[in-house]
Amino acid sequence: MDYLDHLEAEAIYILREVAGQFEKPALLFSGGKDSITLVHLAKKAFRPGKFPFPLVHIDTGHNFPETIAFRDSIIEEIGEKLIVGYVQESIDQGKVVEQKGKNASRNALQTVTLLDTISKYGFDACIGGARRDEEKARAKERIFSVRDEFGQWDPKRQRPELWSIFNGKINKGENVRVFPISNWTELDVWNYIKREQIALPSIYFSHEREVITRNGQLMAAAPFLNIDDEDVVETKSVRFRTVGDMTCTAAVDSTAKALDDIIAEIKASTVSERGARMDDKVSEAAMEERKKQGYF
Amino acid sequence: MNILKFITAGSVDDGKSTLIGRLLYDTNSILDDQLEAIQRANRKNDDGTVDLAILTDGLKAEREQGITIDVAYKYFQTDNRKYIIADAPGHIQYTRNMVTGASNSELIIILVDARKGVIEQTKRHSFIAKLLAMKQILVCVNKMDMVDYSATVFEQIKHDYLQLAANLGLQDVDFIPVSALKGDNIVHKSDRMLWYSGESLLDYLENVEIHENQAANWRFPVQWVVRPQTDDLHDYRGYAGRVLGEGLAVGDQVIIYPSETYSTVKAIEFNGLQLERAENGQSVILHLTDDVDISRGDTIANVEKQPKFERNIQANVCWFDNKPLDTEQIYLVQSHSKLTKIKIVDVLYKFDINTQEKVFDETIKLNDIGRIAIKSAENLVFDLQAENSANSQAIIIDPRTNLTVGALMIQAVD
Repeated sequence: MDYLDHLEAEAIYILREVAGQFEKPALLFSGGKDSITLVHLAKKAFRPGKFPFPLVHIDTGHNFPETIAFRDSIIEEIGEKLIVGYVQESIDQGKVVEQKGKNASRNALQTVTLLDTISKYGFDACIGGARRDEEKARAKERIFSVRDEFGQWDPKRQRPELWSIFNGKINKGENVRVFPISNWTELDVWNYIKREQIALPSIYFSHEREVITRNGQLMAAAPFLNIDDEDVVETKSVRFRTVGDMTCTAAVDSTAKALDDIIAEIKASTVSERGARMDDKVSEAAMEERKKQGYF
Repeated sequence: MNILKFITAGSVDDGKSTLIGRLLYDTNSILDDQLEAIQRANRKNDDGTVDLAILTDGLKAEREQGITIDVAYKYFQTDNRKYIIADAPGHIQYTRNMVTGASNSELIIILVDARKGVIEQTKRHSFIAKLLAMKQILVCVNKMDMVDYSATVFEQIKHDYLQLAANLGLQDVDFIPVSALKGDNIVHKSDRMLWYSGESLLDYLENVEIHENQAANWRFPVQWVVRPQTDDLHDYRGYAGRVLGEGLAVGDQVIIYPSETYSTVKAIEFNGLQLERAENGQSVILHLTDDVDISRGDTIANVEKQPKFERNIQANVCWFDNKPLDTEQIYLVQSHSKLTKIKIVDVLYKFDINTQEKVFDETIKLNDIGRIAIKSAENLVFDLQAENSANSQAIIIDPRTNLTVGALMIQAVD
């Protein structure tokens, strides 16, 4: 089997294990390329049947409008259920407090909204698009990753995962995060998107955009970035390599307008995908700490 | 382009992390921001070069203590292959982690320190490779720089290891002399060991062929039944699963377990397309000619080469839990999509992992490996490890904690 066929078959197998082992699974959908790939894989796993799970989007309210439009169009196309958890609601309910200052972001607040959404709907398994090549804490996480009733990941208490046998048995209150594309790299995802001709939001491709430079990174000039007189707004040809919300996702200088250009750009790149994520730069163990709190 | 999955076995002192770091570094798989993070951490070797071992130390707790807690998976690729490395730590809970990493690998790299030669630990790693029926073994004799790149030292270690391999019954063993620290024979052939005529480690990995089980003994554990129940697909009923083994084709006569009924493969469907055949590892949907009652946990198999269907079995077990194996307790066994209650009726013997000898001791504790007799609540569908290892594997779950407490490799019908 070709390597993409192998990765695809493994991911489909994992998605079907989720369907078979859990009562109330969900697919966490961010509108980014990895979760769009998951939707494509779910079609291959379950069609002509319906998906045995809804899609769940945790909306920070600071999304790229292109991502939201794309999310709504994909839902219409596949005819599956979408559940949205709003960070704004968590703020309004006083469960979280919005960060202050110039670099304020809702990234960390999402965890609370995510955990509330999981408990509100009683999800026992949440499928996510995280990959082990993204970040060093993720490199150590299981494909079936058990979280305690507070949503916490404990790296020292992970179950051994042997062969392709996944133990999805959990105690009451616990849930499992499942990562079917754990073994894919960024390049694998792009090669697969190209092979399968999967449609993506336009922000992944080079376009003209007003940006400001913050902490050495190009950020989209969005109103929630607290732009002031010190910031210089300029128009540049950019694209986004990873898509989180606007406050924590940086753009890269790029003229890559087609998938082939993007693949060539990634192959030549000397910076990793998460090099454009401000949320990982907070500290050496930023991802590990967030995961322990219940992050994706 | 295909995938090669391998595990590196060795302790911290053998330079295992340095070897992986070197492979990643010299294949340009480490990017600037990751290198920057290493430099920030400011860990240096004695000669002032960056300590590549830090690349594989994932977690904060590990970096602080300079140890590796758990199996980490690393990736790199060339134009020829995509590589998945299982990096298992070399000390605490070693057996558990190595068994886990090895179960997800096709090839094992056993690191031997050139100064120490074949030691107890080498025997332990090789024994685990044997236990898991690993298909290919590569011995990297590391730290050649510390023995003046001596051919005599390398040849002596090779000789000693071949004797060990013969004792254990290991086949397909290869040897490469390397220095992970200095980069000798890792990506490029070293000019400091001109007496060595073989390949560098990377060339070896690029070219090695893994021998797959080509027997026409396919099995199909059903994971999920696709039933759209819409007006136009009212009678549609497809069995979704992943093929284990070779030879599945439309028209094959099949037997279905546990009902032991017979039917024929009517169609193999993938992504709305009809296939004539499916190969090992493909995820597809099967349709049968007869309307049989099949659900998740059932197995469809080639009638020509039927699997075993038994309740009483003997298996090798590797124990992962702090609580020792309890013969009074009911456990669950999960093999592919099937979950069944079992009792461990007898501990036949334990292996002394250092000497590989049988020990007649009935307590199986954390990191122990032994031979047990099992009685299952229902018949299990399996093959013996010697005949078809992919269908001889299962995990044991403790229903009190839901933890995975053991790995099973079925050896015999009891």
